Amino acid sequence: MEETNKINEKTKKDEQTSTQKIGIYLWIWLLLFVLSFFSYMVDWYQFQGMLRWSLILFFMFLKAGLIMAFFMHLFWERYALVNVLLWPMTAIACFIFLMTAEFKYTLFSRFFYFVVGGA
Amino acid sequence: MSEQKIDGFELKPGFKGMASDTGSDQTMFKGVHWGKAMMWIFLLSDTFVFSCFLISYMKGRGSTIVDWPNTSEVFSLYVGGVPVPLLLIAIMTFVLITSSGTMALAVKYGYEKNRKMCGWLILATAVGGLTFVGMQVFEWSKLIHEGVRPWGNPFGASQFGSFFFMITGFHGFHVSIGVIFLFIYTYKVFAGHYESKKRGWFTKMKGDYVEIEILGLYWHFVDLVWVFIFAFFYLW
Repeated sequence: MEETNKINEKTKKDEQTSTQKIGIYLWIWLLLFVLSFFSYMVDWYQFQGMLRWSLILFFMFLKAGLIMAFFMHLFWERYALVNVLLWPMTAIACFIFLMTAEFKYTLFSRFFYFVVGGA
Repeated sequence: MSEQKIDGFELKPGFKGMASDTGSDQTMFKGVHWGKAMMWIFLLSDTFVFSCFLISYMKGRGSTIVDWPNTSEVFSLYVGGVPVPLLLIAIMTFVLITSSGTMALAVKYGYEKNRKMCGWLILATAVGGLTFVGMQVFEWSKLIHEGVRPWGNPFGASQFGSFFFMITGFHGFHVSIGVIFLFIYTYKVFAGHYESKKRGWFTKMKGDYVEIEILGLYWHFVDLVWVFIFAFFYLW
């Protein structure tokens, strides 16, 4: 009886310590520092135009992905949760697309009526 | 991290698992604590709030015919008479990432029932968050002294001020709330509420280290939002 209790205690302890290894957190932490440093360098060296924007977006999505996947544990979650969280993001993408068309139109009308002076 | 085994049943991984989880006529998020699922749903709605702010900023900045202020000059600090672009923002970013890392470790040590380590790491996270808010107060007061207002500023397009105060203000509010809760949970961990299974307030839920992971989700989200604000507002 005492023996089985001991075994139960042991398996209980094993279950409790079934977290990720500390190394993975430290690596992600280091990567986040390095990526932040790089995105700061984008401004430091005053890259302009498409190079600037693509670098900013690249480092941003990489950082966001690392935080969500490992710090927020999405990498280890079941797909039922992951998909419920990530699919709504397509609605945001649609909204960005719509508002891009909108601001171009607003900019056009402002130029047309404020600068050119209308037809 | 959700458990892969529930009551002896092995759950299927991947998309097959998703299909059987959703179609099982039971709880959908298997092995996920309800508090954690609720925090995720809250964060999803918060994502939409911040997205609306950033999209309105995109629309406002894109549709103005006046030049947008050069953020790398507006947010520069003078060190020994030399302007260093975005210095304060860079330090704020590093402070927030540091606190995010300590929080991730706190969650890990919490699940390992390492009470002391977990408590100290949450305290370190709280101090990091407090430092961040302090620097943001400094940044705001500096800009207000320079004449930045929600309705205009001396650097360029008048929409700059309203977007700046709205977006960074709402983010700073999130950080402040997070700091308050980090201090509360520092107390709860050090007081051993998760060992004694003491109940929290307004809940029948018995204390468990999963609460630290829920708190961690919120804190990482605050860091996540800052990644987007840093990219779109300060660097773009």
